[in-house]
Amino acid sequence: MINVVEKRRSPPVNPVTGSEEFRKVNAPLLDVVNLRTHFFTKLGVVPAVDGISFGVEKGTTLGVVGESGCGKSVTALSIMRLVSNPPGKIIDGSIWFNGEDLIGKTEAGMREVRGNQISMIYQEPMTSFNPVYTIGDQISEAIIRHKKISNSKARKESVKLLTQVGIPAPEKRYDNYPHQLSGGMRQRAMIAMALSCSPELLIADEPTTALDVTIQAQILELLSRLKNERDMTIIIITHDLGVVAEFADNVIVMYAGKIVEEASTRDIFKSPQHPYTKGLLASIPRLDMETERLAAIEGNVPSGLNLPSGCPFHNRCGEKMEVCESVAPVLKTVAPGHNVRCLAIN
Amino acid sequence: MNNINKKPLLEVRGLVKYFSSGRPSWLSRQGKSVVRAVDGLNFSIGKGETVGLVGESGCGKSTTGRLILRLLDPTSGEICFEGKSITNLGYREMRPLRQNMQIIFQDPFMSLDPQMKVGEIIGEAIEIHGLAKGNKKREMIADLLKLVGLSPEYAGRAPHEFSGGQRQRIGIARALALRPKLIVCDEPVSALDVSIQAQVINLLIDLQNEFGLTYLFIAHDLSVVKHISDRIAVMYLGKIVELVDKKRLYTEPKHPYTKALLSAVPIPDPDLKRERILLQGDIPNPIELPSGCRFHSRCQKRRSKCESEEPELLNSGNGHYVACHFADQS
Repeated sequence: MINVVEKRRSPPVNPVTGSEEFRKVNAPLLDVVNLRTHFFTKLGVVPAVDGISFGVEKGTTLGVVGESGCGKSVTALSIMRLVSNPPGKIIDGSIWFNGEDLIGKTEAGMREVRGNQISMIYQEPMTSFNPVYTIGDQISEAIIRHKKISNSKARKESVKLLTQVGIPAPEKRYDNYPHQLSGGMRQRAMIAMALSCSPELLIADEPTTALDVTIQAQILELLSRLKNERDMTIIIITHDLGVVAEFADNVIVMYAGKIVEEASTRDIFKSPQHPYTKGLLASIPRLDMETERLAAIEGNVPSGLNLPSGCPFHNRCGEKMEVCESVAPVLKTVAPGHNVRCLAIN
Repeated sequence: MNNINKKPLLEVRGLVKYFSSGRPSWLSRQGKSVVRAVDGLNFSIGKGETVGLVGESGCGKSTTGRLILRLLDPTSGEICFEGKSITNLGYREMRPLRQNMQIIFQDPFMSLDPQMKVGEIIGEAIEIHGLAKGNKKREMIADLLKLVGLSPEYAGRAPHEFSGGQRQRIGIARALALRPKLIVCDEPVSALDVSIQAQVINLLIDLQNEFGLTYLFIAHDLSVVKHISDRIAVMYLGKIVELVDKKRLYTEPKHPYTKALLSAVPIPDPDLKRERILLQGDIPNPIELPSGCRFHSRCQKRRSKCESEEPELLNSGNGHYVACHFADQS
């Protein structure tokens, strides 16, 4: 049973941004406070998500950026309470959504939330659909469960959704199996499934990584349109900074289970502060620029079982100081809405 | 990237590869479904040059890479390496030539035999071609590991002990073992994280400069291809639709597909406002190819000629090749 944290009696103060007053007036739709999800394996404990806090205002898009192993997917799964236990466990923190802490909810309670109030789209559309059921049935499943309407009514709604996500001949496609659709179409079908009960929050975990670039453009365009039409709040997880620049309002950059920088999209790109953020931006080959040599970040992302002491980034950092090897930095505000976890920043 | 010799190292003429699905289909005239994976390619690569081969899933770029190395047999056409035809050479005749042409694969997790040690993987080809044995071979393996930025100690370890980027370096060391002239890089960085991609791309460029290597760089990421290539060929459904030096591909693309591809790439600059060309629909099924120009069903500029006549890849001036009836009209 995941129930380590006592339910708080009043909304908590996000320790990083904003005062209690501010939050009472402008309560974010989702407020994650000091989330810790650790994996207890035979080889040791992996602190996959290690004390992250962030809020997502209604109607905005948050980009979660980081490379393999930084904890971004585990964050999303933690919000949905889909982390497999064992070996994973949320050992600390709160996830406030609509005035309730999702961590305190029972599994039955979470089933009402998933697909209904919070929906998720996954990276691999082929493996996230059940191959032995038609896509129509899978879309209808959530509708029937949450809206409690008949099969035929649900079918009508599903077909309408398929049209809205731009799938041609939706009546026919309803009866197709996932393998009969192309990657782009499957992703559209997955979006239809995620939106079927009009969730307030959509979490998209690398929704376009597995797709060709022209299909990616179509999907992003679709998500943009739906976002505006339905006034949706979205968390988009990606390693593609180009997608973040186009799509997200605010960004959090993750490394080794922690947030190392958070800011508006503009500020992250125009004035990145953390050496890791700067390194990421400098290492991308740019279509719109001429670069002689890519500025690569030395070394590899550390294994969760063997994190460096002090700042987990110090052994790859170009701006490292001696103190970084022993002291773990905390998040500090460098500008309004812009926080950085780095000892080298004043 | 800087030493481009006039005489081509590799030349490909009318290269065709059809895959038959074996089962009769009422769609196909021959009574069997045929996938025209590569349908008449013409291009050449000069010594020391990097030619980028770009396209989306199913365009035939990986198949092209394998055909050049004779890992697949062409259905028809000519492949010439250093002026000599290798299209129809048998297994034994190809064997010594393979020292000159190597490949780096896309998936760092599937391309290394998990039951072999790293040293064995890198040294396998050295042994097969009888280039060295015992200590001399161990020395060569150690040198190769150092060349790709790995410690020679790693020779005794198994692939699963390494990260994706490190495994890709092992794959590069393996490709270099025979000091080849040509390396086909089949999406070598697609499966890697952004910061590791940069390391591996820099490594490939350094090695090219040091050893005068020639690359066919296959990728779907236009930004990566732009960085490493001298010339770029854009493929769509088995054909080259545009072939030109990299600068002009990005500043003056002529084919509508190239333009759409370029506009689809997200750029990490939130202030940049671009007009995006959105292609309608999906990439057509390669068994049911559209008539005429293969791209016409998704092309905003299509006219009646496009539906009936397939355009040829023609030189529109200064070595800029385009396959489009209306390339010069914007």
